[in-house]
Amino acid sequence: MTALAPVQRSMRRATAVHHSSGYRRRRRRATFLGLAFVSPWLIGLLAFGVYPFVTSLFYSFTAYSTLEPPRWVGLANYAQLAGDERFATAVSNSIFYAVLAVTLETVAALSLAMLLNQRIRLRAFFRTAFFLPSVTPVVATAIIWLWMFNPRSGVVNSVLEAVGIDGPGWLADPSWSKPALVIMSLWRIGTAMLIYLAALQDVPRDLLEAAEIDGAGALRRMWHVVLPMVSPVMLFVGITSLINALQLFTEVQVMTGGTGAPADSTLMVAVYLWQTAFQNFNMGYASAQAWVLLLLIMALTVITFRLSRRRIHYGD
Amino acid sequence: MTVRTLDARDSPPAVPLGRRDPAERRIRGVRRHPARQVVVYAVLGVCAIGFLTPWAWMLSTSLKSPDELAAWPPVWIPERLRWDNFAEVFRQVPFLRYIGNTVIITVSSVIGCVLSNTVVAYGFACLRWPGRDILFGVLIATLMLPAFVTFIPLYTIFAQLGWINTYLPLIVPTFLGNAFFVFLLRQFFRRIPPELADAARIDGASEVRIFLEVALPLVRPAVVVVALLQFIASWNDFFGPLIYLSDSSKYTISLGIASMQSTYGFSNFSWIMAGTTMSVVPIVVLFFLAQKSLIEGVTLSGLKG
Repeated sequence: MTALAPVQRSMRRATAVHHSSGYRRRRRRATFLGLAFVSPWLIGLLAFGVYPFVTSLFYSFTAYSTLEPPRWVGLANYAQLAGDERFATAVSNSIFYAVLAVTLETVAALSLAMLLNQRIRLRAFFRTAFFLPSVTPVVATAIIWLWMFNPRSGVVNSVLEAVGIDGPGWLADPSWSKPALVIMSLWRIGTAMLIYLAALQDVPRDLLEAAEIDGAGALRRMWHVVLPMVSPVMLFVGITSLINALQLFTEVQVMTGGTGAPADSTLMVAVYLWQTAFQNFNMGYASAQAWVLLLLIMALTVITFRLSRRRIHYGD
Repeated sequence: MTVRTLDARDSPPAVPLGRRDPAERRIRGVRRHPARQVVVYAVLGVCAIGFLTPWAWMLSTSLKSPDELAAWPPVWIPERLRWDNFAEVFRQVPFLRYIGNTVIITVSSVIGCVLSNTVVAYGFACLRWPGRDILFGVLIATLMLPAFVTFIPLYTIFAQLGWINTYLPLIVPTFLGNAFFVFLLRQFFRRIPPELADAARIDGASEVRIFLEVALPLVRPAVVVVALLQFIASWNDFFGPLIYLSDSSKYTISLGIASMQSTYGFSNFSWIMAGTTMSVVPIVVLFFLAQKSLIEGVTLSGLKG
């Protein structure tokens, strides 16, 4: 074997030269050129994607305060997490917020898109009115709504009073603070609405007409034709907003000063993570939380896929 | 079946067609059914009022006196419009500086984003090379990666580089591409007929020249969309400035307003809201100037090719 190796190598080289040296050179050139063009992203991926991803997993098994190098502690961080009541609160707050917000956002955005997907006047005006909040800075949104929800001088409770309801304390009341965040999130459904609107416009007209001829009423056509046709887009938008909702941070940071008040009722996983990392400088413990957050996001994404599997229509 | 379809299209709606349930008449186009039209406009109108109220509240609050701020029921139109609240922002905090800082970060990020993402997207869309599709799969996978998983090591990397309390952690990554923007631009580059680039290649043009002179001009609308989205993302960013900028003279507008809110609290809400209004204005202006491109960009991002 070893004795033959040089012979084999030279034979291989000979055939290569014989058959396809030009091909190989071109192939190598193409690879080089392609990698050269995507190199900015590739460098970014390695330096600011892969490396931090792996390091974050490593940190989660260490005690690390940034002042001294990380010290290996095995599963201690995860064991601590299992008994951490505030973390359990944060996980349940995040799931509660994400499920409620994503469900209501989907229903509201799809409904608005359906209303706009008709021959109506002022369509451009309505579209602008619904879309504009989506591009507004989140900090500005949070400050505006902080004042909207003010129980004693805010708009929300004054409207409720006008219809005879004694409004709650909203962000000052532990049982109404998360619903307040959900209501605020509904102000930013414009992006989802636009995507649904485009999807609705892609529903083939003859399909709807055929259903109508077959005697399907408005609701049945909605349920059996329109919804199946837009369902892949709904899944895509839904998963994207679920991932974002589970990382809710800025709104809570601004509206509660990063505390998750009142009574930890708005303490989201991302907020607790930030507190652990940048107020207590416990980077190892925070990394363990980040990995649990990642697993939580993956789990809820998989559940969403599973639940929707039978209802999604991927064309034929 | 075909006959009936044609029939349905040609005949006036009043002519009954085979099995037809009574509810059906209502859903055939708004214009022909006034009652339905009223309902649609009523619902849209109520929603529009709901969506516009926070803007009105923002403007109204930013022009109030401290007394009006706490009034119940709320005052919508202040007795005297206190434009001085806007001047107060500049007296209380270095707001001009916040604006300048935000402009520096945003403009640099937009430049970095356009330079890097167009080149990378071209490499994925218009060049054929071994390994391309695998790497593109990796790029798509990174779209789903939550930012909170990597931010602690990122912070330590930037700390080791001595970049904390500088704008570099906010700007440099934009020069290294963004998976979402690459994905978006690639869709546009792919629409360019390969014959165009091949013709230039036969003429002996280098790949860089083909990219700059053939491909790039053809995807200009998409580049505008990406630049707009990056502008909005950088202008609105809060988390990045929050963790990387510690010196208040380096704050961005968003970070500045958030810290105003937590420092000065409720009794100063008028001028805090005036600052908020000023942070929103550039985005609103940009929105109205470029609404068409923005809507196109958002729509395309959802209907992934």
